[in-house]
Amino acid sequence: METYTLIVLLLAATIRVATPLLLAALAGLFSERSGVIALGLEGMMLGAAFAAAAASAVTGSVWLGLGAGIATAVALALLLAFAGVTHRGNQVVAGMAVNIMVAGLGPALALAWFNLGGQTPQLEGAGQRFLALTWPWADAARAAPFPGLLYAELLSGHNLVVYFAAALVPFSAWVLYRTRFGLRLRAVGENPSAVDTAGISVTRLRYQAVMISGVLCGVAGTYLSTAASAGFVRDMTAGKGYLALAALIFGKWRPYPTLGACLLFAFTDALATRLQGVALPLVGVIPVQFILALPYVLTVLLLAGFVGTAVAPKAIGAPYAKEK
Amino acid sequence: MSAPAKLPRWAELGLLPAVNLVAALLLSGVIIRLIGESPWAALKLLADGAFGSQEAVGYTLYYATNFIFTGLAVAVAYHAGLFNIGAEGQAYIGGLGTGLVCLWLGAWPFWVVLPLAILAGAVGGAAWAFIPGWLQARRGSHIVITTIMFNFIASAVMTWLLVNILIKPGQQSPESREFAANAFMPGLHTLLGKVGLAFTATPLNLAFLLALAASFLVWLLVWRTRWGYALRVAGQNPAAAVYAGILPPRVTIAAMLLSGALAGSLGLNELMGAQHRILLDFPGGAGFVGIAVALMGRNHPVGIFLAAVLFGALMQGGSQLSFDMPRVNRDMVVVIQGLVILFCGALENVARVPLAALLARLRGEKEAE
Repeated sequence: METYTLIVLLLAATIRVATPLLLAALAGLFSERSGVIALGLEGMMLGAAFAAAAASAVTGSVWLGLGAGIATAVALALLLAFAGVTHRGNQVVAGMAVNIMVAGLGPALALAWFNLGGQTPQLEGAGQRFLALTWPWADAARAAPFPGLLYAELLSGHNLVVYFAAALVPFSAWVLYRTRFGLRLRAVGENPSAVDTAGISVTRLRYQAVMISGVLCGVAGTYLSTAASAGFVRDMTAGKGYLALAALIFGKWRPYPTLGACLLFAFTDALATRLQGVALPLVGVIPVQFILALPYVLTVLLLAGFVGTAVAPKAIGAPYAKEK
Repeated sequence: MSAPAKLPRWAELGLLPAVNLVAALLLSGVIIRLIGESPWAALKLLADGAFGSQEAVGYTLYYATNFIFTGLAVAVAYHAGLFNIGAEGQAYIGGLGTGLVCLWLGAWPFWVVLPLAILAGAVGGAAWAFIPGWLQARRGSHIVITTIMFNFIASAVMTWLLVNILIKPGQQSPESREFAANAFMPGLHTLLGKVGLAFTATPLNLAFLLALAASFLVWLLVWRTRWGYALRVAGQNPAAAVYAGILPPRVTIAAMLLSGALAGSLGLNELMGAQHRILLDFPGGAGFVGIAVALMGRNHPVGIFLAAVLFGALMQGGSQLSFDMPRVNRDMVVVIQGLVILFCGALENVARVPLAALLARLRGEKEAE
C-alpha cells in the first residue's frame, strides 16, 4: 500500500516535471522539422519565464503574464530566424548567443526594475499564478486507493498548462502529418529546393515554424515561473532547453516518441529527488548525480547508434540559398 | 559558412569584427540606458576598472588566460569544420587531471609537478573531447549535440566526485583540500620581481605565459605544418580532402583531441594559479566565452588573444562597475558576451553585404579618377 502511494506520487511528480520539457521539445520539433536547429530553446524559455513573472507581478494577471512570456519568446524566435534564415548565419551560434544573452538579461532587468537581487517579486494567489485545478470529487476519491487515488493525483490536481501540453501532442501530430502546412513543413526540412520549386516560400515556412517554437517556449517559460514556482529566479531553466533538445532527438523528431522521451527524462528527475540518500536493496545508494545524468548518457548512446537510430531532418542547420 | 559577399582580407579580419563589436556595444549601451544608467559613464568605469591600475591589468589578463585556452580550443575544432560547444566540460575534466596531480604530488618540486600537471590537464580534456570526436567520425553523431550532452555529464561526474570523494573531510562546501604550496603556479608579480620589476600581486600567473606559448604552438601547427594543412582542408572541403589523400574522420578525432587538450589547460590558470584547490564549477562559463572569443578573433591566435583580453576586461571591469553602479552588475557582462556572439557570429553577414558594397564603390570611384 505504502509503495503504491509512493509510485502514484512519483508519477504525479513526473507529469509536473515533464510539462515544460514537453512544451519545449514540441517547440524544437516544429523548428527542427523545418530545418532550423533549435538550440535557442533554453534562451527562449528563460526569457519567457522572466517576462511572464515580471508582467504577472506588475499587472496582477497571470494571463497578461502568459501574453508577455509568449511575446518575448516569439521576439527571440524572430531574432533567431532573422539570423539563421534571412541572413543565413550559423544557427548553432545564433542559438548559443540567445541563450547566453538572455541568461544575463533576465537577472539584469530584474535587478533594475524590482531591486530584489535579480529576482522578480514573489507571485501570490490564483490571479498571479497558474494553480492546480481540483477536479470534481477528487478529494473524496482520494480515500479509495484504486482508482480514486489515480484520479485525484494523476488526472486531477494539475494546472491548466499541464493539460494544454498533454493536448498539444496529438494536435502537433495532426498538424505535422495530416495538414498541408505539416506536409510542407516536413518537406522544407528534408528538401528545401523541392519546396521552392513548387512555388512555396522556404523562408516563410521556416519563419512560421520558428515562431511556433517561440509560442510554445513562451508557454513553457511561463509555466516555470508562474506555475512550477512563484516568480523568476536566475538561471531557472537550468538546462531544460538542452534536455528538451535531447528528448526531441531521443524521440527521433516525432511527436509521440518525443512525449515518451520527455516522460522518461522527467521520471528519472522525479526518481532522483525521491532516491536522494535512500539505500536500495542489492545496489545500495545510487548517487543522485548519476540518475540525473542518465538522460544525457542515453541520448549520446542513441546518437551513436547503440540504442536504435535517430535520423535528423536532412536539411537541418543548412541555410537555404535560392540562387544555387 | 558560405559568404554571400567577398571582402578584402584586411576588412574581413579587421574591419568586419570591429563593426560588429561596435554594434554589440551600442546595443549594450541602449540596454544600460533602459536600466537608467549612463552608458558613457559605464564605459568609462569599465575601462578604468579593467586597465586603470596594475592590479586591474593583472586581473584582466588573469581572466583573459582562461579565455585564450578555451578560445584556442574552439578555434582548432572550427578549422576542422567542427563546432565544439563542449569546451566547458573539457575544461572541467582537464582541470580535474591538473588538480589531482597537484593534490597527490604536491610535495614534489614545482618543476616536476608542472609538466605533469600540464600533461594531466591536456590528457583529461582530450579524453573528454575524444568521445564526441570519435562518435562524430565513426558513428556520425552530431558533434554539437554530443558535446552539449558531455558538458552535463561532466558536471554530474564532477559534482559527485567533489561531494563524495574529493571533499576535504569535516567541511561543508564541496571543495578539495588546498594544494601543497609547491604546486602553486608562481604569480607573475613574483616572476617579475626576480628580474627586478615591481608589479602588484594579482592572480595573474605563469599560466598566462603558457597560454601565449600555446597560442604560438597552435599557429605553428595549424598554419605551418602538413597536419595543420590537412586540418584546414578537411574542415573546408571534406570531399576535396579525400582526393588529396587526407582521411577526414582521422582529422576530426585529432582536432578534437587537440581542442580538448587546450580547453583542459584552463585548470593550470584557474586551479594551480588562483584557487589552489578543486571546487565546483570552476570553469565558470569560460568554455562558452571561448566561443565568443574564437568568433571575434576570427579563429586566429592573434585575434583570439585580442578578443580574450577584451572579454577579460569585460569580466574585470564589469565587477568593478557593479561597485559604482549597483544597478549594472555582472549579468550585464553576460549580456554583452551574448551580443558579441550574436553580432560577430550569427549576424556577421548582415554587416558584410553593405560593407562589401561600400568598399567596392569606394574602389570604383578611385579607379574612375
